[in-house]
Amino acid sequence: MSLRSPLGRVLGLGSARTGSEHWWAQRVSAVALVPLTLWFFISMLALGTLEHAEVVAFLSGPLNGFLTLLLVVSLAYHSYLGCSVIVEDYVHGPATKIGTLLAMRFAHLVAAAAAVFALLRIVFGNHTS
Amino acid sequence: MAEFSLPANSKINKNGKVFPAPAGAKNVRTFKIYRFDPDSGQNPRIDTYALDMDDCGPMVLDALIKIKNEIDSTLTFRRSCREGICGSCAMNIDGRNGLACVSACDAVRGDVRIYPLPHMPVIKDLVPDLTNFYAQYASIKPWLQTRTPPPPDQERLQSKQEQERVDRPSACILCACCSTSCPSYWWNSDRYLGPAALLAAYRWIVDSRDEATGERLDHLEDPFRLYRCHTIMNCTESCPKDLNPAKAIGEIKQMIAERRV
Repeated sequence: MSLRSPLGRVLGLGSARTGSEHWWAQRVSAVALVPLTLWFFISMLALGTLEHAEVVAFLSGPLNGFLTLLLVVSLAYHSYLGCSVIVEDYVHGPATKIGTLLAMRFAHLVAAAAAVFALLRIVFGNHTS
Repeated sequence: MAEFSLPANSKINKNGKVFPAPAGAKNVRTFKIYRFDPDSGQNPRIDTYALDMDDCGPMVLDALIKIKNEIDSTLTFRRSCREGICGSCAMNIDGRNGLACVSACDAVRGDVRIYPLPHMPVIKDLVPDLTNFYAQYASIKPWLQTRTPPPPDQERLQSKQEQERVDRPSACILCACCSTSCPSYWWNSDRYLGPAALLAAYRWIVDSRDEATGERLDHLEDPFRLYRCHTIMNCTESCPKDLNPAKAIGEIKQMIAERRV
């Protein structure tokens, strides 16, 4: 039970004076993903078979490797931004919200780092072992 | 985790009281209406009223008034102007938010299902608690703010084009059809201002006479107050005055982006 006025409750802690960066970044990453995803799917379809050796050979090309790196990074960033919004929308209660946000962010970081590491290994390293 | 369990009194008893049509009625329509009385301690129920449409006005509000006057005086709802300008009789008719006074019974196929505006606390029957909704409207300071003193001998002038920018948004009657149709408002109405308050904010942001545009944008630039809008556009779909809150919110986001680059 609170006797605070309805207007006082609505005004709350005031404006965070932020949110536009997030909104803008989500749109920029979305625009970047349009050509990158198209290129990736067309390239994969053009490969014919999706045998391991064939895909690795495709990814080892400098341009292919570089574009795939861009795709992986923008995809992870875009997904990170979008998933934050989903958690903020649906998960209420401060402790569970912060916990879910942290887990979600670490998961994105780990997935992105693993993908980049694997790509670099294919392009530069000894990927046969 | 997210809350999946419903709050108390959410489960609706579908088999409430039944009021049959008068004998000899030829043109019968069935109205299924949400009933809830918090003082009774019982869960909400759906009451069924059969009306003789040959002896009833064409609009949903006509039917509600007929029920209250002639069949069941305990039915509670808000109404005033019966011509779509006061916004009192906003409710959920056949799954859509709208004004009962300008919604024709003929536009509904089958039984006419009438519920209060979605996801608001219910005071009784079709009357929702709009306290938070009105406080959100008040929070955007819906009045002219200036630093230039008014001209001594005339009004503050606007060009015809400048007036046209505020003409449509000013027609909002605050019926709450838009905000209560917005899923994002359902989940976060404690922090998200909702389409009605944001359309009102837009009306003052684009007013050529107002000199607090920057402060107004500062007030809105917040991940919850403004950016909980995910462009679902139920607001524009449900507005009984054919206004476009979704476009206004989009333009507010654009203005905030514009002043950053």
